[in-house]
Order: sequence, then structure tokens, then C-alpha cells
Amino acid sequence: MSKYYVNKFLFTIDRDPEWVARYREDPRATVVRWEKEIGRWLNPVEQTSWLEFTHQEREALATHDYVWLFEHGAHFFLNLTLFIALFDEEYAAAKGPLAFQTEMVRKLGHWTGRDYPSVAM
Amino acid sequence: MAELTAVLASTHHPFYYKATTSPEDQRPPYAADWQRKVEAYRETLTAAEPDILVMVGADHFHQLWLDNYPQFLIGKQERYDATFYNEEREFGIPKYTLAGDIELSRYMHEELLGKDFDFAVSHELKIDHSIICPIITVRPEADLPIVPIYTNIFVPPLPSPRRFYQVGRAIREIIDSFPSDKKVAAIGTGHLSLELGGPRQFGEHGPDPLFDADAIEWLSTGNIDAILTNVTHESMAGAGNATHGFMDLLLMMGIAGPGVHADYVDHLDLFHTREMYMTWYPNKTRGQLDAAARAAATARASTGPIYATDPAWEKFRVNQEQA
Repeated sequence: MSKYYVNKFLFTIDRDPEWVARYREDPRATVVRWEKEIGRWLNPVEQTSWLEFTHQEREALATHDYVWLFEHGAHFFLNLTLFIALFDEEYAAAKGPLAFQTEMVRKLGHWTGRDYPSVAM
Repeated sequence: MAELTAVLASTHHPFYYKATTSPEDQRPPYAADWQRKVEAYRETLTAAEPDILVMVGADHFHQLWLDNYPQFLIGKQERYDATFYNEEREFGIPKYTLAGDIELSRYMHEELLGKDFDFAVSHELKIDHSIICPIITVRPEADLPIVPIYTNIFVPPLPSPRRFYQVGRAIREIIDSFPSDKKVAAIGTGHLSLELGGPRQFGEHGPDPLFDADAIEWLSTGNIDAILTNVTHESMAGAGNATHGFMDLLLMMGIAGPGVHADYVDHLDLFHTREMYMTWYPNKTRGQLDAAARAAATARASTGPIYATDPAWEKFRVNQEQA
């Protein structure tokens, strides 16, 4: 897994309201656009010759699959913060405060009492 | 020489601002008690009459990033912008501009290097909520110059607990030798047991109340031996995947010194976390101790250590035995 590249995706989307909105609306197209416009760039001139997603990583990001990301060592803080940005408001309006966060707890419940997948790279 | 008039170690909770500034009918039920405790704690800093604040925190991937991540970093600027877009979005924290004390930043950086603590430096550091939360809680006027210090509690491999303590000891020596007539307060924030983005987040209590009980005893009694015996990166992960922020509290205990009892200790069970508010007065004055006693009366806090044998922890021991 290219943990670094996945984390870079979560980090650079989360810090920019336009990318957050795009990723909420159309995750699959956003991943493609992100690779082209953000992911490969170290700075406005220099770009990577080797960083890329695996098929599974691209698919997890394209389907908002934060459980898969957690299970494959994406950083827990980025994985929480970005998906809160995407879903918190909608869930809270429908089911009350922290509804999204508690759904995340349920979906990750099978990790309770076990060593979590490492975020170390 | 400068005088270190107070050392504060507390948790930083980004929801505090919103919980206590929303219209009354939108505040959560715990807001009033929380605000009373925080405003009492604030008095322990006010009594120290600081001129400069040395602020210890940790960037949460707002600026510092995995392409170049420092273990320890100091800001050296005349001004600091604070609060990132995603912190406004998620927590409702406002933007600030803080003055910097560039003279103490420079002295601190050079002296740390002189003591073989090889700090990275930033000349374009933007402050995140690990430093703005304590500004909001203990110095909401945001009127004092700061020296920001960031640590790595987030990107493994992390420095050891011992190293955090040693950095605290070094910072203490450096403040004590700073050629200035200013009064300095050191304020650092971190966490007790904490889970973020994992199955134990946002529970009824923090993920490991009995770790919190030990941590508060160890910190408030300056028990470095117990911490170094019991606390490892692995044991912290066992208490909650984001518990490593405890090491910033340990760093602050290092500034206060080994075996030194805290002069003010308070904590609050805020459903998914336990909040902690601790102050040491390294050069105690009657005025400071009186202020701590008044604050403690208001907050029902302690003017000395709180031990893990305190009856407050009993229900969690019973729960553990039943489990």
C-alpha cells in the first residue's frame, strides 16, 4: 500500500473547501482529477516519477470506504477529520449529534480489543 | 534572569469554544460545568502575571506534513497567524494573530541546540488548535507574545517518553537562564487517554479511565520513575490510539521538575474524554497560592496532587473487575 500517497490525498483534500465539496459530490472523478492536479506535484514545478495508488487504494478512495482505509493503515486523524467533513452535517441533521462518528464506531467495532493496523510507514 | 512564574499542563479540547459561546439553548448540557472549571483554571495563570508564554503543542497535520516531518520544532517569528480552515469548519474556532517573542525564540533555539536537542525551526509557522485552545481557555485576550514549540505525537516512530521529559528539563533550564527581567509562563497541552478515528472514539467516557487516574497522579506528583516504568508507545496505544499526546503533558512535568507537586489539579469527565487542568508555581508566592485556593474552591479542584486511590476512580475499577 502507498500509505503516504493515500494520506496525501486525505490531507490535501481536507484542507481545501473546494476539494472537500468535490470529493463529497463525486468521489470517483475527484480521485482522478486529484492525481493529475495535486497528487503528483511536490511543488508547482517538480513532480513525482513514482508515487501512485494501487487499484485497491483508488477504489477505497473512490467509494468513501473509510473502514478499508483504517484497516490498511491510513492515518486515523486524517481518516476521521475528512469523513466528518463529508458526512457529519447530514448525519447530525437526520439522526442527531455525533451520529456519523458513532456509525464509524460501529463499523470499526470488530477492532475493539485488538491491535489496530499500524499507521507507521 | 527571567522568572518562570507558572507551568500549566492541560488537555486541549477543540469543542470548548463552540460549547461555551453558542446561544444558551444550543449549548450541550455539560457546557456550564466545563466553563466554570476552565474559568477557574484561568485564574491560576492570571496570578502568575506572565509577560511571555512558551507554548507547547503538536500540529495536527495542518501545516507539518509527511514530506518533511520534524520531531521537535520551534517557531521564530514576530507574529503568528492561527487557526486553519478545517479547524474553523469542524470546531468553529476563530482566527487569531498572536505576537511572537523573537528574542526568547532565538535564545531558546540556540540553547536547545547547545544542549544537543536538535530542534527544527520554522519562520512561517501557522498555529493550530493545540496552541489556540489554551489561549482561548487561559488567556482569551490573546495579548501576550508567544514562543511556540511543536512536538511529534502523531507520526511514528515517535521520540520516547524519556526524550519528551528531557526536552522539558532543558526548556526549564533555558527559561531560568534567559537574560531578561520578564516573567515567563510555560503552557503545554496534550491528552489523557484518547481515541480518534477508531472503535473506541466518542464513547461514554475516555477510552481508558484508569490510565487517566494513574496519569493524573504521576503528573501531579512529578513521578517520573513511575511514568518511565509504565508508559511506552505501546501502552499508550493500548489506552487509546491518540493517547501519545500524553507525552506533551509529560514534557510540561519536565519543566516543573521531578518530584514537584502541582499546586492546582482539576479534571472533568467530558463523556468521550477526560479533561485535565494542572498548574505548578515554580517560585511560589502567597498571591499565587491564594489564587489557586480560590480557583479550587470555585471548581472543586485540588491544591495538590490527586492520587489514583481517589474515590472518584472507584466506579471505573468496579467496571473493570466486572468486565
